[in-house]
Parts: sequence; structure tokens; C-alpha cells
Amino acid sequence: MKLTGAKILIESLKKQGIEVMFGYPGGVVLPIFDALYDSDIKFILTRHEQGAAHAADGYARATGKVGVCLATSGPGATNLLTGLATANMDSVPVVAFTGQVKTTLIGNDAFQEVDVTGLTRPISKHNYLVKDVKNLATVIKNAFHIASTGRPGVVVVDLPVDIQMQETDFHYPEKAEIRGYNPTCKGHIGQIKKAVKLIADSKKPVLYVGGGVIISGASEKLREFVEKTEIPVTMTLMGLGAFPGTHELSLGMLGMHGTAYANHAIQESDLIIAVGARFDDRVTGKIDEFAPHAKIIHIDIDPCAISKNVKVDIPVVGDANCIIADMLKYIKKPDIEKWHKNIASWKKEFPLAYKNDSKLRPQYVVEEIYNITKGKAIITTEVGQNQMWAAQFYKCDSPRQFISSGGLGTMGYGFPAAIGAQMGCPKKTVFDIAGDGSIQMNIQELTTAVSNKLPVKIAILNNGCLGMVRQWQELFYKKRYSHVILEGCPDFIKLAESYGATGIRITKKQDVKKALKRALKIKGPVLMDFRVEPGENVFPMVAIGQPINKMIGALA
Amino acid sequence: MKKIISVLVENHFGVLTHAAGLFSARGFNIDSLAVGETEDPTISRMTIVAEGDEKTLEQVKKQLNRLIDVIKVIDLTEEDFLDRELVLAKVRIDDKNRSEILQIADTFQAKIDDTKKETVVIEITGDEDKIKSFIKKMKPFGLIEIVRTGRIAMGRK
Repeated sequence: MKLTGAKILIESLKKQGIEVMFGYPGGVVLPIFDALYDSDIKFILTRHEQGAAHAADGYARATGKVGVCLATSGPGATNLLTGLATANMDSVPVVAFTGQVKTTLIGNDAFQEVDVTGLTRPISKHNYLVKDVKNLATVIKNAFHIASTGRPGVVVVDLPVDIQMQETDFHYPEKAEIRGYNPTCKGHIGQIKKAVKLIADSKKPVLYVGGGVIISGASEKLREFVEKTEIPVTMTLMGLGAFPGTHELSLGMLGMHGTAYANHAIQESDLIIAVGARFDDRVTGKIDEFAPHAKIIHIDIDPCAISKNVKVDIPVVGDANCIIADMLKYIKKPDIEKWHKNIASWKKEFPLAYKNDSKLRPQYVVEEIYNITKGKAIITTEVGQNQMWAAQFYKCDSPRQFISSGGLGTMGYGFPAAIGAQMGCPKKTVFDIAGDGSIQMNIQELTTAVSNKLPVKIAILNNGCLGMVRQWQELFYKKRYSHVILEGCPDFIKLAESYGATGIRITKKQDVKKALKRALKIKGPVLMDFRVEPGENVFPMVAIGQPINKMIGALA
Repeated sequence: MKKIISVLVENHFGVLTHAAGLFSARGFNIDSLAVGETEDPTISRMTIVAEGDEKTLEQVKKQLNRLIDVIKVIDLTEEDFLDRELVLAKVRIDDKNRSEILQIADTFQAKIDDTKKETVVIEITGDEDKIKSFIKKMKPFGLIEIVRTGRIAMGRK
């Protein structure tokens, strides 16, 4: 059967089981949009291509499926870039389709032409420019395979408009065959045995787990492993929810704004077992003084992550779920009772806390969101203080529950990501914990939420400034508050209403519970404007260039 | 430390950009890069000479391996290998030194490709040491221009 390129795209997406895609139309993607007109695929029209990329990313993180977005050539494609870089940095499977000018015009500086493969090379796992319609089905098959296997990431498929219109026989390959791409799954058994021995002999071990555990679906196996060995667990921002945050062996998040007890445990430990984490600079602090007494076991699917930032003693390359399963066969419980006592005393001495007075403090808002949702909501965050408070005070117990831009730190991520997450998980409560700065970066998506009847709740921790930058200026730049005070903020309540959403303003601590209760009863999107203490800072904090046990404000 | 890395890649457009882009994005330095088709026309070979410390070069290899279009990465410096480079050197020449230059070229088994009144183009093939010492010998006469192919290498096994 002969089909046009555009129809082949739609049929291939169906074969891939794609139910929803996010995007925005334009000139050179008209054939695709025409094919979409008759298709069952749910298309979510965002109000900016960046929103489409973040929504596809949020959908992917919440469901574990591949997120798909579509944009036109030129500015459509460039508007996707921030979203694609965000997803790729956090190993999120996203396939992005972009329109391109017709093949005969490529390179001519045609109207709305940009070099998409050139622009996306450093921010994607792989990209394709389709120059022959006969290759299209194979390219799509490969794109989904590459995006979703190994260390997942972004694959971009650039589709010239003439390719979309040309016809060819449609045959969707059963299997992707790429000779240069064979990600390792099973860990080397010799390495695993070495690791297990080191663990059994350790006195002060810590599990340091990242997003890789969530991606590989290793949370259950990890829990089994922890309950067998009683090794305490600290999580990266990306790893939150990989292990229950409320579990007694959880140390919470580590690093720059991690808990003091997690950071002390790392610095004192004699063995770090890193799983699906990459020793990012926000985690390690001053790298030369990171975990000075510890041997390091590093389990990761990406060989590039091994010994990139810190020297690893026992690398195990492969899928975390497979490797932990194998380790469980041989593991012996180490003798670490004394270590537990150390950790318990740090937990007692340096609890994660804030001033609990009559003022409306942002941490309190997050805690109340936790209480009213019984810790079960999907939390997306923007970037900055709101993100750190959400990470600290919303203790996630499940994987795919905490959705945040970790690697790239993209302001404006949380709200469109919440839209994607809500599309993927219609029965769940989705909360975007936002700041008054970040939310304005993609506020236009209120329309998308309203018109698709997505009951996303937005909690703006409104402190009238770009809080995290203000905090740095206060601490390290002599309180010279340069361009961080957000004067002329819109009236968020009126703004919400003009989009057809509900706005609620909360100025007093005693009104928080009531407002949250009301928000959850409303079926549509609700934007909550919490007027929180403007001078509140995120503590504890490790200053740049310091080892992670040198914390500011570790005691509340 | 210098390494010669032989990289087998899919022979289609865009692959070179991916590899070269990786070097610039990660701050790796390339000494030379030579690309050509292999015995299998669907595969090209890139021979990359890169300098750096052990850790950086290890990353280079891993990052190259991670590229989807890279089929195989071979670190030739880990085995017994043969390497060659072809160099064209335009040397200033006059009646006084003409015979000396030609004689040096001869000892290096170099070929004279083009002779003008004031210049001569010498073509030399050899491994790194040979090329280096040839260039050193020619320098005092006045090297006007040098064009190098970059090193290519092959495992002896």
C-alpha cells in the first residue's frame, strides 16, 4: 500500500502505540497536520513549542513511555530546543519531529529554515534528517528504539515538507537494527561479585541513587536490597522517589541543598554505592574533598558516566534493575550497627527544619500540599527555591512522582511538564510547585490546561523576587540585589480568570489548608498565589567550591 | 600522552559532524583527523590522533562509542600498529642549496613533485618520527607551505 510521508508518520506512531503528542502547527508541517485530522492520536495544542517539548517530557517522566512532540521548521524548531536540552540532560525519552523546508531548498536560507540537525546535535542522543521517503519508517522505528533504550534521551527527526508529500510503500520494521548501538543490559558478573564482597566488608556504606534507578524500574529491587542490607540511602534530585522518602533508612536528598545528615554520611562513609547517578557538581561539591574515605562502586548504564568526575573502584556497566537483581543473589548484610547510630545522631542533631512561626513560609505550604495529598500527588517543579523546597519537604515515596529539571535547571519547566504528566496520569493529582518568576516563563500554557480540562494545580510560592538568585546575592554578593526584584508582576488571580482557570490568593498561614482543600475540589486548573515570606532562604546550603559537609544553616 | 584512535562509522552524511562536534563540545583536542571509505563501502574509517591525559582520552573513546553511528572504536596505541602520513612540503630553493635539498629528500625516500626556479614541492610518506625529522631538516632552507593528510594507522594483527 502506498502512503505519503505524512501518513507514514501517523501510521508509524500508531504502530509504536503513541496515544498523545504535543505540538504546534506551521507552514512546512501542513501535510502532517492534515494527516492528523483523521487520526485517533490525541494532539495537544500548546501555546508555545517550548511548552510542547516540556509537556512531552513531563508525560514521559510520569508514565515511563516515550513523549512525542511536533513543531514546524525554523522558529518552531528553535523554540523546542530548551525543552529538548532539558529532557536529554535528564535522560528522558522524547522523540521530536520537526518540519523542514523542502530538500531542494535546504542550505539556501529559505523562509523558516534552520539547520535542525546541527542545532540539536549537542542536546540530543541522536538525530535524523530524512532525505528519502523510503527510509522514513525505518528512521521512526530507530528513533523510538534509541530514545527509549540504554540511557534514554532525545531523538530528533527532521522532515522536509516534500518528503511528507511523497508516496512510498509502507512497511513498518518489526525490529530496530542499528549495528553501532547495542546498549549493555546485564552487568559483568565478576564485577558484581567484587562489589558484593566490598559491601559485605564495609563498615560505613551509603547508597547514593539517582534517576537511573527510576528509569530502569529498579525501585522495588532497590528496596529489597536495602531491607536486606540495611544500608542507608541518599537520593539525588533526579532520584527522589526511587526509594521511599519516608522510609527510616532514607537520608533524603544529598548535595548543595541536601540534608546535613546525608552529606555527613557521604563524607564519613567508607563505601559509596552509586546507582544510576553521575556525581554531578551539585552533588559532590568540592570534588577533591568528596567522600575522602570512601571506596566507590558505580552502577550505571552509560560507560561515559563512569570515572568522569570521580575515580571509581568498581564500575558495573548495565541496567540498574538487572544488576541489583544479580547482586541480591550474592549479597550479605554488612555489620553496620555503629554506623546506624552515627547516622541517627546526625539526624537528631541536624534535622531538616524551618522557622515554624505565624508567618506564611514557603516550606509550610509545601508541607501542607504534602498533607492534603497524603504524599501521593505527582509533583512537578519550576527551578530555584521552589524546586529545592519541594525536594526537601515533599517526601516522595514512589518513582515517577517527582518531576523536575535537574541537569539543565530550566525555569518554566514545571507547568507544561505538569500538563504532560496529567495527560499521562489522568487519575492522579498533579501539583506544579512554582515561583513567581518561573511560572511567568510558560504561563501561556494556562490555555492548554483549560481547553483540555486538565485539573493541574499550580502553587506559586510568591516571594516577589527571583528567590534563589536573590539568596546568592544576599550571601555572596553583599546583598547587592541586582535585577532580582520582580516589580510589576501581574495579578495572578485575574490572570487565571482571564484564561478561564480559577485563581486563589493566600496571604495568611491559617488560610493555607482551607485554600488547598478548595483547590482540590475544583475540577479544572487552579492557580494559587501564596504570598510567602520574601526573605526566606533555602537551607542547608553548600557554597560553590566547598566540600558538602561544610554547610550554611544546617541548624534551624 | 598521544593516542591514535581508529573509529569505524556509518558511511553517510552527518557522521563527521557528530564526531567533530563531540570533540569541540567536550573540550577535547584533535591533532589530526583522516577519513576515508573502508573495504566495506557502507563503513568509513576515521583515524583520530588526540592528545591529553589518560582520563580525558578514556572519555574520548567512551564518548565516541556512545555515538549511534559509531560502529567500533579501536585504540591502536594499545596494540602493535603501523602509521603513515603523507606530507607535501614547498621548500625555498636556490642554485647553492639545490643539490643539498635534493639529496636530503633522497635519503628520506621523498619524491620531488614539482620544481620551480625558486621552490620545490617534496612529497614524503612516513611515520611520525620520519616526518618530524624531515621537517626539522627542511626548516633552515625555508618552508613556504606544508600540507599534511593527518596520520592513518592500521593494527599489525
